[in-house]
Order: sequence, then C-alpha cells, then structure tokens
Amino acid sequence: MSIATPTMQSANNAARPWYGWFVNDCIAVAKRQIITVLRIPQTLFFALFQPVLFVLLFSFVFGGAIPLPDGGSYREYLLPGIFAQTVTFAVAAATVGVAEDTSKGIMDRFRTLPVNQAAVIVGRSFAEMVERVLVITVMSVAGLVVGWRTHSSLFNVLMAYVMYLLFAYALTWMGIFVGLSVPSVQVAQTAGVAWVFPLTFLSNAFVPTQGMPVLLQHFAAWNPISCLALGGRTLFGNPTGTPGDAFPQQHPVLMAFVWSTAIIAVFSVLAVRKFRNKRG
Amino acid sequence: MSLAIEARGVEKHFGEVKALAGVDLDVQQGSVVGLLGPNGAGKTTMVKVLSTLLLPTAGSAKVGGFDVVTQADEVRHTIGLTGQYAAVDEYLTGRENLHLFGALYHLPPAQVRARAEELLEQFTLTDAADRTLKTYSGGMRRRLDLAASLIAAPSILFLDEPTTGLDPRSRLGMWEVITSLVQQGTTVLLTTQYLEEADQLADRIVVIDKGLVIANGTSDELKSEVGGDRLEIVISDGARLNDAQSALARIASGDIVTTDVSRTLLAPISGGSTVLPEAIRALDAAGVKFDDIALRRPTLDDVFLSLTGHVAEEEAEPAPKRRGRKKRAA
Ligand SMILES: Nc1ncnc2c1ncn2[C@@H]1O[C@H](COP(=O)(O)OP(=O)(O)O)[C@@H](O)[C@H]1O
Ligand SMILES: [Mg+2]
Repeated sequence: MSIATPTMQSANNAARPWYGWFVNDCIAVAKRQIITVLRIPQTLFFALFQPVLFVLLFSFVFGGAIPLPDGGSYREYLLPGIFAQTVTFAVAAATVGVAEDTSKGIMDRFRTLPVNQAAVIVGRSFAEMVERVLVITVMSVAGLVVGWRTHSSLFNVLMAYVMYLLFAYALTWMGIFVGLSVPSVQVAQTAGVAWVFPLTFLSNAFVPTQGMPVLLQHFAAWNPISCLALGGRTLFGNPTGTPGDAFPQQHPVLMAFVWSTAIIAVFSVLAVRKFRNKRG
Repeated sequence: MSLAIEARGVEKHFGEVKALAGVDLDVQQGSVVGLLGPNGAGKTTMVKVLSTLLLPTAGSAKVGGFDVVTQADEVRHTIGLTGQYAAVDEYLTGRENLHLFGALYHLPPAQVRARAEELLEQFTLTDAADRTLKTYSGGMRRRLDLAASLIAAPSILFLDEPTTGLDPRSRLGMWEVITSLVQQGTTVLLTTQYLEEADQLADRIVVIDKGLVIANGTSDELKSEVGGDRLEIVISDGARLNDAQSALARIASGDIVTTDVSRTLLAPISGGSTVLPEAIRALDAAGVKFDDIALRRPTLDDVFLSLTGHVAEEEAEPAPKRRGRKKRAA
C-alpha cells in the first residue's frame, strides 16, 4: 500500500472565498450537524413527540377543568404556552449534543484544525435551529388539529414565530455553554432539563397565575416563559387571561425580545470563550 | 537536519496530578519517534500539549518551528492528529467525514473530493465510503480517522495509540499505512503501549513513566538494555541438554542458559522468528527431541523491569503477536 504524495501544499494556500473562512467553517460544521439530526430519526421523533403529547394531554385532559378568567377557549390559550415551553427545551438538545461531541473527542478534534474557533459553535447554533423550526411546525399543525386558530394579521403571526425562534436560538446558546461546561453526557442530560419543568410551571404557560401566592406571581410575571406565552397570545390574537400590572405583563412581546437578546449576548460570549479556553 | 518537534521541560499538572513532570523531546524532521509507556504514563497528555489542545503548566514546545502556546494557529496548519479514540462523526458516511475535514482545512472543494477518493482507495475504504461510520469496524474507523488527519497532507502527524483495541489483522494494516506515510517523508510522533509496535515503526523510542522520560534511544539500544528476543526450549530428555546447547550455539547471539530441573534452555537470538525453523532444524539434525519451543519477545514489562526495577503498573493489553518481521526501508 502506498499513500500518494500529497497533491496539495499547506492548507492555507487555497483561495479564500468571498464570504470568508468564518462563513465557510460555519457552513461546514452546520452541514454536519444537520445531516446528523436527520440521520437519527429517534431523536427527531422524541423531539416532536413530547410537545405533541403535551398539546393533546392539556387540550383533552385538563382543558375542561381549567376555566379562564376571561372565558376564552382554553385550547387557544394553551398553544402559545406550549410553544413557549417547547422552545425552552431547545436548551436540552444543545446541552446534550455538545456534551456528546465533547465526550467523543469531536470537539477536541475540531480544535486541532486551523479553523476559526468561534465558527465551530456558531455554525452549530444555526444548525440546531433546523430542528427547532421542524418542531414548531409540527406543533402548529397539531394545534390546528385540536382546534387552535389565530385571529390576527399575517404580520403578527409571523412576528410571533420570530419571537419564539429567537428565544429558541438564545437557549441554544445557553445549552452550548452548559454542554461545554459539564463533565459528562450524564450530567448534561440532567443539567439540560432539570430546571425547565419548574420554570415552565412557574409561569402562565398552562394556567393563569392569579391562583399563585403573591411572591410566585411576581416571579411568574418576569419569567421569560410567561413573556413568551403571553406575547404569543397577544400576537396570535388568542385569549390572554387577565395579565397583571407588572411591566413585562403589559409589554410581553418587547420583554420576550429583551430576554432573548440578553441571553444571546451573554451566553454566546461565554460559550465562545469557554470553547477557546478549553486548552486549560 | 532540523527538528520537527522540540519540547523542553514540558509539565502538565491536573490539580495534584503531575501528568507530565518535565519532558524533553526531540523529533527530527522526517523521522518517527515512538512514545512508549504504560497506561497513565502521560502519553496522551504530551500529544495534547503538542497538538495545541492543552496548555503546558511549565516548559515550552515547538512544533514545525512554531510555539504551541503563542502560535497555536500556525501549529494547527502544520499538524494532523489521530487521537486515542476515533473522533469522527459516526452518523456521517466515510466520504462525508473526509469532505467535512477537507472543508475545515480550507481546501478547495474540487481538491477535497479528489483527495478524499485517493485516501479512501489507499485505506481500502472505497466500498464502505457511502456507509455511515456506525457500520464500520474498529479498524475501519481508525483508518478513516487517520485518513481525515491526512486530508490536508500535514507534514507532522500525531498518532495516539493508533492500534490499541484493534484485532491483529487491522493492526498490521495500520502498520503498513503508517510505514508508507513515513516513506513519503511525514514526521510522525506515535504513542504506544507495545514495545513491538514501537520497534516496528519508530526510528527512536522514548520511554515515559509517571510523566518522566526514563529511557531514550533506538530500539536496538533499548533492547540491548532489556535483553532482546530469546528462544525458550524445553528438552524431552534432560540428559541431552548439553547436546542441544551445542546444536544451538551457532544460532544464538549470546550465551545460552540452561536449567537442569526444568530441562529448559534459554538462547538469546537476533533476527526474530526466522530463527525458529532454523533452531528446529538444528535440533532435529542433532537428534534432540523437545516438548516445547517458543520465541519470547521482550515486552513493555521487560523494558520496565530492566529500566525501573518495577513492572508497568497497569496491565497493558496483550502485546500484538507477530510472526516474521518486515524490515522497513529507511
Ligand atoms: N483532564 C484530566 N484531569 C485530571 N487528570 C488527568 C486528566 N488527563 C489525564 N489525567 C491524568 O494524567 C495522567 C496521564 O494521563 P494520560 O496522558 O492520559 O496517560 P496515557 O495516555 O499515557 O495513558 C493519568 O494519571 C491521568 O489520570
Ligand atoms: Mg492515552
């Protein structure tokens, strides 16, 4: 066996594409990520299964038992809340995915390549969104099947989806950071989801918050998941319950965007820094 | 000749653990150095420091003339690394993996495609090129992993235990691949737990234990310290031990030791397993019958025993058995 004499000179001699190496590296990493997601049907199935199950469970099991203060349809109230919960789970997928790649040595392998280090995770963050979009789409269909409808302009509906996806993107960054920080996949599986359920239940995602103790009502009012749920209800023209007087309840869409932007700003910097400093 | 790798007093501490406690390492351009040591010796840590994955706690190292701390990017343009565990994406096909690495090395797409085909062919992976790595055997994964490191034709290659966990056939295949790479002029630093592997592949062997270099030399130099290969023969009739000894005198490369109680004869030899049939013929000619005849190769344990007075602490996997040696062209 003989290995042919290398036909090319050192790697950096290739012509730099007009969009630069950063974009080149992002695309390469994202492509790998997307192929991977599509090749593991089980993961995709369960990513879709849970939110759809929630839609059905809450519509048919609790639907009748949860009266709304303003007397609207609970199913229409519910869907924006489940959207909020589902995009929050983006954190789990990213955390576990990054921890798995780290444990398999793939992250280290990328780090020995002459790539733009930030591109490795920026590319990944974009690729994760493919799965998010798929999930949101499937959920919307499930919602339509159980009787959820929008009652607003196309612009507002699109705004609602942008709001949800931006939050999913923000939590993807949080997940990447957590995934790079945890010591093992097992820890990632817990760290990625443990706090999501309590956080969703301390919000108005499923039920109006009026029944909660006052202290929790304050917490729920500022909870980004509440902002997302209420923001979605407002934009879709679904029943909103009776929002409180707190600022985020009065301006839920604005607050949802503020939360997302803040989380992206903080965690993208932290994650890129973590990835670079892993040499420690 | 210039140095491809030059490390001085490299230390790496993990809290209390000194994985590396001051390692000096010189690798001449175009040569192969085997970093030999038991589990936990610090081999992987050394490779990670040299390949810019870990920052040294103390000391300095240059790879391809670039400092691994301050010129990490330049180092990454020069090296290829195949880690101890195959770090390729198991959900991508072999070809997709190579294309991914080619893109990340910033090679023009047309060149990546051509080079990928070339490598698949040479690593006998063409038939499996469109299957995901999940379906690959351990040996195939390691070959693909190595191919991925080679896509940009690096001038310096790090191989961390390239054959650990492989079956003997895949191990031989890997040895051939590495040998032919070296013939093309690639500088290789390879780590191994097997003396025989280092012996086969490396021009020089550096033995490390507990983060320190404890020996450094060519395989012959090390072997002469350890004692080299021996032929161990159990004679059927203890009375004929002396006849056997004189029959084998011509073949042995040193003094033959006999033990009366066990009717055993230990003959140091050189020339590897080709000596075995010669010895059998010599014994036949002298009419000496034997119950058992075996070639004893020095193992990592022998090296450690003679260098440190203690055996390698963790039990290494059984050393690869290989009959007959292939001489590597210099
Ligand atoms: N990330 C780490 N944290 C703590 N200890 C480590 C780490 N990596 C390696 N070690 C320790 O350093 C020593 C050398 O490990 P390693 O370089 O992997 O040895 P080898 O590759 O020769 O088997 C071992 O005692 C190992 O437990
Ligand atoms: Mg190791």
